[in-house]
Amino acid sequence: MSKILIRGAKILGGEPQDVLIDGSQIAAVGVGLSAEGAEVVEAEGKVLLPGLVDLHTHLREPGREDSETVLTGTRAAASGGYTAVFAMANTFPVADTAGVVEQVYRLGQEHGYCDVQPIGAVTVGLEGKKLAELGAMHESAAGVTVFSDDGKCVDDAVIMRRALEYVKAFGGVVAQHAQEPRLTEGAQMNEGVVSAELGLGGWPAVAEESIIARDVLLAEHVGSRVHICHLSTAGSVEIVRWAKSRGIDVTAEVTPHHLLLTDELVRSYNPVFKVNPPLRTERDVLALREALADGTIDIVATDHAPHPHEDKDCEWAAAAMGMVGLETALSVVQETMVDTGLLTWAGVAERMSAKPAEIGRAAGHGRPVSAGEPANLTLVDTEYRGSVDPAGFASRSRNTPYEGRELPGRVTRTWLRGKATLVDGKLT
Amino acid sequence: MQRHLISAADLTRDDAVLILDTAEEMARVADRPIKKLPTLRGRTVVNLFFEDSTRTRISFEAAEKRLSADVINFTAKGSSVSKGESLKDTAQTLEAMGVDAVVIRHGASGAPYRLATSGWIDAAVINAGDGTHQHPTQALLDAFTMRRRLVGRDAGLGQDLAGKRITLVGDILHSRVARSNVDLLHTLGAEVTLVAPPTLVPVGVEAWPCEVSYDLDSTLSKSDAVMLLRVQRERMNAAFFPTEREYSRRYGLDGDRMAKMPEHAIVMHPGPMVRGMEITAEVADSDRCTVVEQVANGVSIRMAVLYLLLGGNEPAVSHARIEEK
Repeated sequence: MSKILIRGAKILGGEPQDVLIDGSQIAAVGVGLSAEGAEVVEAEGKVLLPGLVDLHTHLREPGREDSETVLTGTRAAASGGYTAVFAMANTFPVADTAGVVEQVYRLGQEHGYCDVQPIGAVTVGLEGKKLAELGAMHESAAGVTVFSDDGKCVDDAVIMRRALEYVKAFGGVVAQHAQEPRLTEGAQMNEGVVSAELGLGGWPAVAEESIIARDVLLAEHVGSRVHICHLSTAGSVEIVRWAKSRGIDVTAEVTPHHLLLTDELVRSYNPVFKVNPPLRTERDVLALREALADGTIDIVATDHAPHPHEDKDCEWAAAAMGMVGLETALSVVQETMVDTGLLTWAGVAERMSAKPAEIGRAAGHGRPVSAGEPANLTLVDTEYRGSVDPAGFASRSRNTPYEGRELPGRVTRTWLRGKATLVDGKLT
Repeated sequence: MQRHLISAADLTRDDAVLILDTAEEMARVADRPIKKLPTLRGRTVVNLFFEDSTRTRISFEAAEKRLSADVINFTAKGSSVSKGESLKDTAQTLEAMGVDAVVIRHGASGAPYRLATSGWIDAAVINAGDGTHQHPTQALLDAFTMRRRLVGRDAGLGQDLAGKRITLVGDILHSRVARSNVDLLHTLGAEVTLVAPPTLVPVGVEAWPCEVSYDLDSTLSKSDAVMLLRVQRERMNAAFFPTEREYSRRYGLDGDRMAKMPEHAIVMHPGPMVRGMEITAEVADSDRCTVVEQVANGVSIRMAVLYLLLGGNEPAVSHARIEEK
């Protein structure tokens, strides 16, 4: 196997060191490592992170290959510095059987850009009525450990309780899309000053917070762990903080867009800003950043949600909800968390690699950058600044809210088990 | 004036007064045996209605025809979602036929704004009501009616509504008429009070330039105009209020309540009225109720808007006077 010497990289933003990759593993880390027999990658000034792990990606295959496929989605992931993504279950057919999750898993392995770990549906057809065969999906080749009806809330308290209990048998976790359905009928955007003016149906914060409150109490009652998807409000932060202080086994994620964007953008009626949960207020954004910094929110997850152009090139109410995010996530986190002084690069590695891998039990990912570990690595040019050009995306879809916005940072190289998937910003 | 009319909030005081003054000139045309001006001869206006609204469409159509425009009516019932064809494609199809202005009524809030700002078409866009967002020509015709009745037809020229106390009663939450009126009346210097059960007031109303009250009786004596908004019966099933009867008792305008209003005060309604719900027949048929005037004024206002958006730089006044000679 070939050797690669990454020379002078700031590992997790620290002092410059060399990293020697031998085959699929990191062979050595230190200063002045010998380059003999190795391809040398000059990485002076760049930051080296463990390969990023996304606990919340929509790859759309099977069923909506017009918006994304496992291939295009994992290429987008590699472009964004990811070495593992968790693929959400709301495909067509729904990933609620061993057959579907195995198909998605195998496609990821075949393409080789990024490990794909399928998420299984909690209920059959995401209908919230009947538990899917969670055990069968866990025992399949895909080895599913994360279960979610994402896109829909598991709103029936009894079904949620049973799911939380059931997956304990094999160390699984339920990832809840917290949205009280009755309170969000016809919801189009965050309910508040802006929705009142624009005349768009309101998605109140309480619809998220009430479900999170219920679910942390359920998790406590049955002694299970629960994960909260795309937490978006200041009130949700308070509930999770309270739950953690009680010792409840809850983890939570925030998306990059909820760390940066507010509902003021909806005044444009441009559906690229339409997403679920919706963009909230400045106050929420600041609370989310603070919570991510202090560990109340554990991880950043993209909720990468590709949609074809026609589903966004229309009036607001007719548009699909969601934004692509894999190729801009790290830049947004640098902008909102690192450049603001809220997080170090070590903190970013924890929240975008180590912790999501731990929550999802992704073996071999989110490991320290040290000898003997799998060579899943991401090299970042943190000094770069440039405006976002969707035409350059590897994703099949272009529904980014950041078009034309200047953001810092650029992933220049990604290695998946020692194999380069991205070189000088170009996919291999 | 801007190129489009999307929201009443986009109008300055001077814009709004100009429209009202122009509408007075247009109203004179309606008093003549031949109710027609040549202003928009050779121009094509399409009335693009994605939502049923016979009265608004007819009002626009009358205004367009009195200005000699060529009129195309396009009624696409149901939204782009159910129809299959998108708003963009529909609009581009119509523009390819050479329209100069699109008058659009759409069930989705923001659809006219998208049409005007997305680069899909070049035509001027006039919002004839979008979802629960805006209905600017309704607000203009309401302001026109108020100015005539409360300031005077001739005395009102060049004037705004400074100091007038206007009360809007009913389903504020779902009302584009309320949003447009609050914006425009505030711009024109009026003091606006919204009255509704708390369930029918939007979260976020605190940012609006108006007062909110849950008690109709206490506002009546302090109102120069009381505008009632239609309350759709289906709201009852969504638990916004317990029963129609209870709504009428608390927020309906009947003769006894009308008697509490100052003598000069008027009763307004954008129509269609639900008699027996928000307004009793006694009030609806009284001299103080301006509902029929509002309809007539709607044509004048829409003529003024079309003229000012499409008619070039010459003042409508001189046009009108030349016609009279």
